[in-house]
Amino acid sequence: MKTLDKINLEKLIGILKQENYTVIGPVIKDGAVVYDEIDSIKDLPEGWEDEQEAGYYRLKKRNDNALFSYVVGPQSWKKFLFPQKLKLWQAVREGRGFNIENSNSAEPKYAFLGIRSCELKAVFIQDKVFDNGMFADSYYNNIRKNIFIISVNCTRAAGTCFCVSMKTGPKAKNGFDLALTEVINNNEHYFVLEQGSEKGTEIASKLETNDADDKQIKAAEAAVKNAELNMKRTMNTAGIKELLYNNHDHPIWSQIASRCLSCANCTMVCPTCFCSNIEDTTDLTGNHTERWRRWDSCFSLDYSKVAGGNFRTSVKARYRQWMTHKLASWIDQFGISGCVGCGRCITWCPVGIDLTKEVENLRNSPKTINK
Amino acid sequence: MAIKKPKLAVFKMSSCDGCQLSLLDAEDELLDVLGGVELAYFPEASSKMMKGPYDIGLVEGSITTPRNVEEIRQIRKDCKILITIGACATAGGIQALRNWKDTREFTKIVYASPEYISTLDRSLPVSSFVHVDYELRGCPINKYQLIEVLNAFLNRRKPNIPSYSVCIDCKLKGNVCVMTSQNQMCLGPVTHTGCNALCPSYNRGCFGCYGPMDSPNTSALASQFKQMGYGKFDIMNIFRSYNGYAEAFRKESEANEK
Ligand code: SF4
Ligand code: SF4
Ligand code: SF4
Ligand code: SF4
Ligand code: SF4
Repeated sequence: MKTLDKINLEKLIGILKQENYTVIGPVIKDGAVVYDEIDSIKDLPEGWEDEQEAGYYRLKKRNDNALFSYVVGPQSWKKFLFPQKLKLWQAVREGRGFNIENSNSAEPKYAFLGIRSCELKAVFIQDKVFDNGMFADSYYNNIRKNIFIISVNCTRAAGTCFCVSMKTGPKAKNGFDLALTEVINNNEHYFVLEQGSEKGTEIASKLETNDADDKQIKAAEAAVKNAELNMKRTMNTAGIKELLYNNHDHPIWSQIASRCLSCANCTMVCPTCFCSNIEDTTDLTGNHTERWRRWDSCFSLDYSKVAGGNFRTSVKARYRQWMTHKLASWIDQFGISGCVGCGRCITWCPVGIDLTKEVENLRNSPKTINK
Repeated sequence: MAIKKPKLAVFKMSSCDGCQLSLLDAEDELLDVLGGVELAYFPEASSKMMKGPYDIGLVEGSITTPRNVEEIRQIRKDCKILITIGACATAGGIQALRNWKDTREFTKIVYASPEYISTLDRSLPVSSFVHVDYELRGCPINKYQLIEVLNAFLNRRKPNIPSYSVCIDCKLKGNVCVMTSQNQMCLGPVTHTGCNALCPSYNRGCFGCYGPMDSPNTSALASQFKQMGYGKFDIMNIFRSYNGYAEAFRKESEANEK
């Protein structure tokens, strides 16, 4: 393990840009941390942290110069791999037929700086969705294979985080090229650096680093431990698949539906949700048509409209679908939970519906069937 | 093969003309629209007024007078497809605020000779009187959506006009939610999308100009507003505006009236 100072973190961004990476990192926009292109560490939310609770998000100033003391915000990295709106192809009328033109322009080469452990796990989960042997999404995979990943281990948790329960954080174990842990002690401010790939080692060799001593390694471990110890939310996942499958008709679903707005915010912010809708557009002459893919959600009514009717008209059925897919049927589908415990769906639900609480309520209800 | 172009007519009931103007405002697309349809009746744009029947009729405005009632019945007979455009035509509009008051009182205060005023007690949507084939929302409507509806009709496909919440488009744009991060009231979660989340994109809450979305849970949103510290009067007012007489919004404003 090595250590790195701020000057060399800045240098790292420069090197990546020289290698033609578009560097993406956390920045502040409209009072929240979002992900966007950065040019320098000056773009990072230095000295800010977030307060998050169900249906509540605020940034507040810290009394230090920490670069990574907030956690995840309303956006996730999925927007770069699975864009909100994507033109799939276009066609032009030719005589009595038509010609299809592929319209995916040059795919960007990204470096993700500051991706958290839970978010990295979410990318692994989406890898299984967009490249699973049966189906491969070319746009996703072309970008995915070239990403340079610099993950940042969390040193504090927000009120809505529960990665410890989901075994997805707060420290990234693999899948990164480089990983950083920020340490601020007395007058010291440095990053403990781990190398996770050959490419990572190659890039790190261009930086001025020092070997991390025992004290520094311990300080980094203690910082990550701090995030674990501060994590207030938990979710008991024992037998969760059976819990949800056996309680399809439980009254809890109607209770949640009375509060749920079916606004779909929870699915939009979730880093693993992958649903989309396909729309065809034409120009007025009818000579030119385009096919677009756009994020959709099981909360939207049209989502479950099929020839002959709609199989999920009630909000009750829609909320149940969302939670059952995330926590149970995802396991059957992809061999892994669809939830990484990032807490976004809790923070950004306008009415603060909290899936960890609802799972607990279901477990503790006398009406629950435990087979 | 010369195909006969479908005849388009644009009618106005009680309204401010803003929605019709959206069609004229679609400068880049207007010529293409005119390439696809014959503008048979559109007094705002052309003095050429052809008689019915028409293939598509666009109706702006709410029904507020006995004359409006007669007109809309005739328009329905004249148009194969009847599309209402805007909050007035689909929900009664801002002028439906009078539906909670005594209209005769108003006429007495406003007009010198109220006996000349012939008006209905309420401002109502077109669908209260005749069958409507398609309702396009908004105050005013989004010109791209209007083009899309005409386009879909001309190309014999379904219009791409989703009926979900403003929140979905708000999130697609990458906005930061003003409810959760700024404690502002926002009707986005219960409002029909169409404006591409205009207000939240400028850091203010949605005030519902596209009316209720397909499954609006207004009471859950109202209780969240209460938890955020807003009073009944604020809640009544936010639901009672451009689409205040649309059923879901009307019920919620009435629930918060006293
Ligand atoms: S759980 Fe919350 S965010 Fe999700 S649809 Fe319901 S109200 Fe919206
Ligand atoms: S379900 Fe909620 S907590 Fe789990 S990954 Fe999605 S947004 Fe995060
Ligand atoms: S859930 Fe864990 S890894 Fe994700 S942001 Fe919170 S503390 Fe970090
Ligand atoms: S809907 Fe709004 S813009 Fe359109 S006519 Fe009515 S008041 Fe005017
Ligand atoms: S700002 Fe309004 S429209 Fe946007 S997500 Fe929040 S509640 Fe929905």
